Amino acid sequence: MREEFKMDTREKDIEKLKDYKYGFTTDIENTRAPKGLNEDVIKFISNIKKEPKWMLDFRLKAYERLKLLKEPNWQKPKYPKIDYQDLYYYSAPKSMKDKPKSLDELDPKLLETYKKLGIPLQEQARLNGIAVDAVFDSVSVATTFKGELTKHGIIFCSMSEAIQKHPDLVKKYLGTVIPITDHFFATLNSAVFTDGSFVYIPEGVKCPMELSTYFRINASETGQFERTLIIADRGSYVSYLEGCTAPMRDENQLHAANVELIALDDAEIKYSTVQNWYPGDENGKGGIYNFVTKRGLCKGKNSKISWTQVETGSAITWKYPSCILKGDNSIGEFYSIAITNNHQKADTGTKMIHLGNNTKSKIISKGISAGFSDMTYRGLVDINSKAKNSSNYTQCDSLLMGNKCGAHTVPYIKNKNFDSNIAHEATTSKISEEQLHYCQQRGLNPEEAVGLIVNGFCKEVLQQLPMEFAVEAQKLVGISLEGSVG
Amino acid sequence: MSDQLQSDFDRLVKTSKFSSEEIEFKKNFLNNFIKNGFPNRKQEDWKFLDISQIIKKNISDLSFFNDYSQSNKIDSSVLVDGLEHNKIIFINGKVEKIDFNFEDQNKIEIIDETKKDISFDYENSLIDLNSAFIDKIFKILIKKNYALKKPLIIYHLTNDRIKSTNINLRLDFELGENSCLKLIDYFVNTTAKNFINIFYNFNLEKDSILKNYKIDKFRNNDLKYFFNNIEQDNNSISETFILSAGSDYFKNEINCNLNGEYSSAFINGIFSLKENQQHEIRTTINHLVENTKSYQLIKSVLGKNSKSAYQGRIFVNSKAQKTDGYQLSKAILLDETSEFNAKPELEIYADDVKCSHGSASGSLDENSIFYLMSRGLNYQQSKKLLINGFLMDVVEKITDVEIKNLITNIIGLKQ
Repeated sequence: MREEFKMDTREKDIEKLKDYKYGFTTDIENTRAPKGLNEDVIKFISNIKKEPKWMLDFRLKAYERLKLLKEPNWQKPKYPKIDYQDLYYYSAPKSMKDKPKSLDELDPKLLETYKKLGIPLQEQARLNGIAVDAVFDSVSVATTFKGELTKHGIIFCSMSEAIQKHPDLVKKYLGTVIPITDHFFATLNSAVFTDGSFVYIPEGVKCPMELSTYFRINASETGQFERTLIIADRGSYVSYLEGCTAPMRDENQLHAANVELIALDDAEIKYSTVQNWYPGDENGKGGIYNFVTKRGLCKGKNSKISWTQVETGSAITWKYPSCILKGDNSIGEFYSIAITNNHQKADTGTKMIHLGNNTKSKIISKGISAGFSDMTYRGLVDINSKAKNSSNYTQCDSLLMGNKCGAHTVPYIKNKNFDSNIAHEATTSKISEEQLHYCQQRGLNPEEAVGLIVNGFCKEVLQQLPMEFAVEAQKLVGISLEGSVG
Repeated sequence: MSDQLQSDFDRLVKTSKFSSEEIEFKKNFLNNFIKNGFPNRKQEDWKFLDISQIIKKNISDLSFFNDYSQSNKIDSSVLVDGLEHNKIIFINGKVEKIDFNFEDQNKIEIIDETKKDISFDYENSLIDLNSAFIDKIFKILIKKNYALKKPLIIYHLTNDRIKSTNINLRLDFELGENSCLKLIDYFVNTTAKNFINIFYNFNLEKDSILKNYKIDKFRNNDLKYFFNNIEQDNNSISETFILSAGSDYFKNEINCNLNGEYSSAFINGIFSLKENQQHEIRTTINHLVENTKSYQLIKSVLGKNSKSAYQGRIFVNSKAQKTDGYQLSKAILLDETSEFNAKPELEIYADDVKCSHGSASGSLDENSIFYLMSRGLNYQQSKKLLINGFLMDVVEKITDVEIKNLITNIIGLKQ
């Protein structure tokens, strides 16, 4: 009887798995740059976005640098070689060519797409008070709540708009946290980035609502290279959310974004990500390569940057949201849940670089691997000899489901200051039979039981998410693990 | 450097009596080493302390040729007192004495293995260097069901006859079924700036026990690399203790393969470093079958300008269910200029396992010092007492009482 039941749920699971909720494509005419990576393509991108000369120079400088760089290869998940000449570096819905002035002018098909994704822009504008910037393939299509934000002096717009309207700010901060001489993917992004979000919170302003960006890759054979820059001026606060989806395709798609955060004196930035790019099918075919560079600089005194991420999608995730704690008394935090199932691979973690006095950092990482997947936590805690009285606490826990998957922990710990403390803990375990049995006795089916236990395991991180996101993330945790028990 | 390697190698070939076959073997190793050179920080395992830089900085005129023709006098004053023991004495890399007087001679065999194929599959150019320039390789065989009555102390001595020289040593040990060996490696080096490269290969058969204690206590300017490879069969136990305190540079590397069920490995280490010392312990424990266990505890006390690194890796194969793995590293930084690096790594492919690691580093606890001072101790005394307790924790893990007392005395700890 029990066997039968198991079979039944398994079949159902497979059905469900085929059904990546966001796997639809939208039929929209696209404008694309010619295939391949060369100076002309970069000029084309710059030209189509009507960028000033300094921006083009920035890109070309990065491209020059890129020619000297090699792809890094120290990571755990290996991937087939990417042919960078076989990608489209710019793809935009045609109707965007002349930018719409308001939401009403948007292509209805685009609006429908975002509705399917659960972010109906128009309703959002009226109802729940989260300002959204939506990025479709390469360009930002709509930003809601502009009026309300402008009242406070907050700038929240697409990167291309910021380059046009606020060149001083962009010029001053772009590339200061992730220089164009950084590693391969960051430099690639600097050369070909297409759009992204730009946020500036003026001095003393607490942003009255959550700012949010939704990324979607639609066109095939495109890479998405967005660039986000968030600047929190003295004494300001902002909470920023980011979500991602992509259609189901057999080929692998590349996503190499750069995110730069800058917190000045007494400012605080909270950056939350729910990443749900298409992970490939159950045989590991297709899916997104998510090679993202995210870095925050606590530039001023008493500043704080906190990263929260829920990573459930992508065929390969390879990212380390980091904090450079430069200002005295600054704080860096990193909360992460990473879930891999089927043939997904993730190599993720954080870097905390302590440079200022009395800097503090905290890392909580929860990794769950199931199926044939592989998960690595890789982190660096580096306390500089000048960072007096600093401290770090790291905890990374891994949960394994089955013996076909792997869970790895690779922390690097460097303490060069005798006044400072570093504590690190890591455990690896599985869901115990007792826990499962207990839940099932009380009427939960095996799936629900696992969902409940995993949610408990992740609770510390889920708590850090803003409410709307937390609900979504909790569901996502459940969905990602479907089919991994039994 | 490659010219010098070649010429030193030619000198070695000329002065010794190797057969042409052996020379061919050695040439292969030499070519490998010339190709790869000393490991550097580009290699992950050498990230924290870059030996190629350290050698360049400390020994500018390193010579790879070591003259084995002259014999040396044994200075008996350096021998360990108060503990009856068997000895093997190396002076300047040359075996001067092998003495198993306390044991049943039928149960121990010492085999000259120099002529055998000595290749060892491990990605490490220092082992190539070792194999290319080694003079003699001995295998020590402990026969079935025999436990040595007294511990064996291997003395690693150098005298002022050599300077800036590379010394290579290799010993193989085979512990037969249900046998037991207690082994102490004891370093007394008074000379300056030699690079000592030691390679031990242990094979532990069913139910055998190995206890290995490495004592590098006396301050010297030598650079050392010590590599242990341990293969363990069913129900065998290996215990390794490392006191890393004397040399300018010392890297201990242990690769332990738990091939048999219910086998277990214990590694305990102390770094006690002062001025300009740079030491490292790197361990790799491979849990390859079910029901194996490993435990590691490493503690550092770091003075001025010193640097310690601990890289510990626990690998669990997908077959190795019910593995129990634990590693803990702790460090006290005493000075602004001291530095502690750690990379405790877990690589796990099985789900029914219990694996965890912890790492903590910081300065001495001011509250504890305050507590002791309020009870009448002065600052220095309280500091000493706290460090004493901190290190005693590791020494307490030694399972042999006699040796524990010896080591406690050598370090100068109070119980």
